[in-house]
Amino acid sequence: MTASDMLALLPLLLIAGSSVAVLIAAAVGRNHAVAFGLSLSGLAASFCSVFFVPATQVTALLDIDGYALFFFGLISAASFAVALLAYGYLRNRDIDKEEFYVLLLVATLGAMILAASSHFASFFLGLEVLSIALYALIAYFGDRPLPVEAGIKYLVLAASSAAFLLFGIALVYADLGTMDFARIEHILAANPNPNLTLLLPGVALVVTGIGFKLALVPFHMWTPDVYQGAPAPVTAFVATVSKGGMFALLLRYFAQSGINRFAPALLVFTIIAIASMLAGNLLALLQSNVKRILAYSSIAHMGYLMVALEVGGAIGASAVVFYLVAYFIMTLGAFAVVTVLSAEHRDADQMEDYRGLFWRRPVLALVFTAMLLSLAGIPMTAGFLGKFYILAAGAAAGSWALILILVIASTIGLFYYLRIVVILYQQPGDANQPLPLRMPAASLVLAALTVILVWLGVYPSWMLQAIHTAIGSLL
Amino acid sequence: MILLWLIVVLVGGGLLAWLAARIHPLLCRWISLAAVLVDLALALFEASRHLSSGNAGMNTWFEQVDWSWIPQFGIHFHLALDGLSLLLVLLTLVLGVVSVVISWSAHIKALGFYHLNLLWILAGILGVFLSLDLFLFYFSWELMLIPMYFLIAIWGGERRTYAAVKFFLFTQLSGLLMLIAILALYFAHYHATGVYTFQYTALLGTPLSPHTAMWIMLGFFIAFAVKLPMFPFHTWLPDACAEASTATNVILAGLLATTAGYGMIRFLFPLFPGAFRAFAPVAMTLAVITILYGAILAFSQTNLMRLLAYASISHLGFVLLGIFSGSGIALQGAVMTLIAHGISTSALFIVAGSIEDRTHTREIGVMGGLWDTVPRLSGAGLFFALASLGLPGLGDFVGEFLILLGTYRAHTAMTVVAACGVLAATFYALRFVQRAFQGPNLRPWRLPDLALREGLTLGAMMVVLLWLGLYPQPVFHTFAQAANHLPALWR
Repeated sequence: MTASDMLALLPLLLIAGSSVAVLIAAAVGRNHAVAFGLSLSGLAASFCSVFFVPATQVTALLDIDGYALFFFGLISAASFAVALLAYGYLRNRDIDKEEFYVLLLVATLGAMILAASSHFASFFLGLEVLSIALYALIAYFGDRPLPVEAGIKYLVLAASSAAFLLFGIALVYADLGTMDFARIEHILAANPNPNLTLLLPGVALVVTGIGFKLALVPFHMWTPDVYQGAPAPVTAFVATVSKGGMFALLLRYFAQSGINRFAPALLVFTIIAIASMLAGNLLALLQSNVKRILAYSSIAHMGYLMVALEVGGAIGASAVVFYLVAYFIMTLGAFAVVTVLSAEHRDADQMEDYRGLFWRRPVLALVFTAMLLSLAGIPMTAGFLGKFYILAAGAAAGSWALILILVIASTIGLFYYLRIVVILYQQPGDANQPLPLRMPAASLVLAALTVILVWLGVYPSWMLQAIHTAIGSLL
Repeated sequence: MILLWLIVVLVGGGLLAWLAARIHPLLCRWISLAAVLVDLALALFEASRHLSSGNAGMNTWFEQVDWSWIPQFGIHFHLALDGLSLLLVLLTLVLGVVSVVISWSAHIKALGFYHLNLLWILAGILGVFLSLDLFLFYFSWELMLIPMYFLIAIWGGERRTYAAVKFFLFTQLSGLLMLIAILALYFAHYHATGVYTFQYTALLGTPLSPHTAMWIMLGFFIAFAVKLPMFPFHTWLPDACAEASTATNVILAGLLATTAGYGMIRFLFPLFPGAFRAFAPVAMTLAVITILYGAILAFSQTNLMRLLAYASISHLGFVLLGIFSGSGIALQGAVMTLIAHGISTSALFIVAGSIEDRTHTREIGVMGGLWDTVPRLSGAGLFFALASLGLPGLGDFVGEFLILLGTYRAHTAMTVVAACGVLAATFYALRFVQRAFQGPNLRPWRLPDLALREGLTLGAMMVVLLWLGLYPQPVFHTFAQAANHLPALWR
């Protein structure tokens, strides 16, 4: 490994280094502010390093190209926001706080490895680093029943899906003799009609592992419980960084391994996309808990992303990345509002917590409205352009049936987003709501997210340019 | 640049009014009024500049703003003004002034946010009338929804949530279908020419197979048909009107329908002439059904707002008929009806709102004999009811007469049936007048009559209707300029 390889790994090393630093600092003396400061500086440094790190392939495992660097930036920025949310959330609770940041940094590292991996081994490594940190994060409040239940559920299901994934990788390896995405592409290109006996089950099992992490239907069962049980900042992390890192990997896998040449695989992905869009939105209609609604809505959003993924090519890939950016912003924003409104002993996840919010805290209500309208895909928000981009990608490929289903599904989705919005503006029922805690850091996050949301919704050229460059290195 | 200012003044005025409400409610109202009046002055200045100079017949846009917006998709920020959009911009701003004025004395919760929504929806409507880039058009089209949603959902009546959500879902789904159609056209144009563009002028000549053109046209048509609203997509309007406040109803019935009519005239025929012709018989049949169905349902309503909503649907059926008849005369009538209907229906909603403010009911059965106690209000009600049923000398008559005249040459049977709709209008309009204003005052009602502010507003609207009815030439003259470069309708 050369010096330039080490330089290319700098974004990862900075995150890993700061997690060790937080650990050592906590060993010397527990101090929430120090742990918080160290994590923030590590994440910020990692974000900044993205802009000058050279793009190279580091060993066969990690491909630090423009695409990976783009996601490094996105993931570290999102974790930065989660850390800011977590600070106010943890500060008012009687619990050891320093380990939270260690786990958060380790999970971030795992997601970044996923975004850069070009090999099944690094894929699995990144996945496990991410998952193991998440088990602990979800159940961080060990004295409450719901987080523990959510943590155990996630542990059992994630561990078994990882086993499926591992078995799938083994089958692919047994058939093709390689775990490198580019090599797989090479072998498949040379032999257009491969023997599918081992390959097809292998790919199917890999898809199971990926589908679990992304909470695609029919691997979505864990999502509502984990979203509901996990502390709000952790839910934000699971919804954005964890899924984002995995989707980055899936897109790379699609683009580099040539797996989309198989008609059966494409058919499976189409069914998964349609099922996720419809089931996510329809099941969300039945929920009355805000976190569960957002959980089902995230299932539907992953379905929309699958539509763009299927289209493929430069336009499909750019649509995926743009939508992911928009999804990060609006999901973080929505969970930031949940975090800000949470009382000391429970998260603000009941509809009642939001009734008449506009009359109590008008700015917060408007910000939440903006995030929900963005999730619904209304103009002036990043979510609208994201949806526009996916529809454009679908139209370019002539997948009319898929985008028609997308349109119908997103109209169903509109219904439950509007349900929350309506409640925000109703007359408040009772005046003695639990007083929310003051969280200046979280308010800062909300302000920044809202500005970016509208900026991207009105003037997205700079982001499109950045995505264009990033995609260029992938295809 | 004036075109940009038209929108900026409203958006900025809305924000200022929102902030000003924290200082003093009156300041907020004055800022809103000033913003709309400044806009109206700008539009009138624009009108006088281009119409008086005598070159109104020229084959160009009066005024354009064209900037590259999202170059990766070939999206431009392109606003342009011609005779058609000028007329409708003026209508929008007149009704904008009206809606700010009639909200003046009402006790409104969250006053600043109310005015923000009021001005922003006007900005969105102007955006629809001025956009010449299809992406920008769709952007403005969708942007109208959110303020309207809030206006119904926050300041509406008892079942406001249901009405607001229904409105939003109907228009959003149909809007998304239009977006797919826009994208299909965009890629069809790319495959034909190799250029990615959403520019209206560039897309005009896109070669399309008849099959494709029909599907794309239907995508546009459904969005406009829902917004108009046309039978069978009309059910959201009565619900929305029954719950919305008076100023909201002015915009809902007076302006949103106008955007739909505008969209049909500006986009459907010029972009897809072949598919438009092929589809015309179906659309005309639906138009005739809309006319009769709206009229019959209007006759059987007991809720005043629902009655007016169905009456409005019936009138808008004439617009649809006029546009699809393919005759130039009927098209002029359709534009005239859009304007006259915008004024007269809004005025009727104001009258109805004033009655409701005083009697606290919307049920016609409970009213009766109001003429004894509120003669000025009742007189205004009678005037606008007569305008709405098509009394010669008022604007609505000119529009519907021209539509029937033009359609007669294209399709006699349809015209005969549609003319029955005019007859039916007499029944429901007079029923409203008789039940509400005439007869014995049994309750008995003792109510305050029109205040000066209300009286002036309604008086001004009467003057406009009379002017449109007696001397409609300026409207035709202005529209003729636009019709010159809308491709000649079928010959």
